[in-house]
Amino acid sequence: MSETITEEYSVTGGDFSRAGYASSQIKKILKRMDVDKAIIKRTVVAAYEGEVNIVAHAWSGKIEFQMDEEQIRIILDDEGPGIEDIEKAMQEGYSTATSAIREMGFGAGMGLPNMKKNADHMHIESEPGKGTKVEIRMERMVRE
Amino acid sequence: MKVKEIIRILDARLLCGEDQLDYTVEMAFASDLMSDVLTQNNDHVLLITGLANMQTIRTAEMSDINCIVFARNKKATPEMVELAEESDIVLIECRYSLFKTCGLLYQAGVKPIF
Repeated sequence: MSETITEEYSVTGGDFSRAGYASSQIKKILKRMDVDKAIIKRTVVAAYEGEVNIVAHAWSGKIEFQMDEEQIRIILDDEGPGIEDIEKAMQEGYSTATSAIREMGFGAGMGLPNMKKNADHMHIESEPGKGTKVEIRMERMVRE
Repeated sequence: MKVKEIIRILDARLLCGEDQLDYTVEMAFASDLMSDVLTQNNDHVLLITGLANMQTIRTAEMSDINCIVFARNKKATPEMVELAEESDIVLIECRYSLFKTCGLLYQAGVKPIF
């Protein structure tokens, strides 16, 4: 039972019709592996927020999924404008979203804060003009 | 409240989920902002919205929402219906405003999430 599952999905900037595909695939894997329901929901909500961020802000990106018995790791790595001020981006309500993003039901400045709320650990690195890398980790042990 | 009662009370149209007419929701949340929907963490919530696009269905899928009512006569596209069917999500179209839709369901006993 020392199985490690890894998957990689590519994400295209601006392609809202497909936004959520990677998160949906991740949800299917987690369900198949019988992961705790509450953990699945927190994981896929965080993944989906991150996936929407790539579609909304970046030019292209990839989502790496890794899971073993103890942890689930999702790395969202994009080529895009990056984040000038990560601290500011983490504040609820701060947004640089365009009207196209708002029409899709997003862009309220809640994505990154909601990812942080749902993930057990989250780490962001960004280089303005180059891209952003967000790593989220979930412990598979059920929270008491 | 069962799906079939929601349809009756709202004089609404079922788009998919014929096999889930007895699925029961206790609480509802109304929003056009999917970011807000993604922050709620209740189970078996009915989503009432005027936002009809693929992200509405994806948001429901990620949030474990099994039933969506599209208010103010918003229409779901065939792609949305297909995606909802894949995830066993019931879709309902209703011509009433978001306010009236919520009012009727609240009056009939559906609870708010907060």
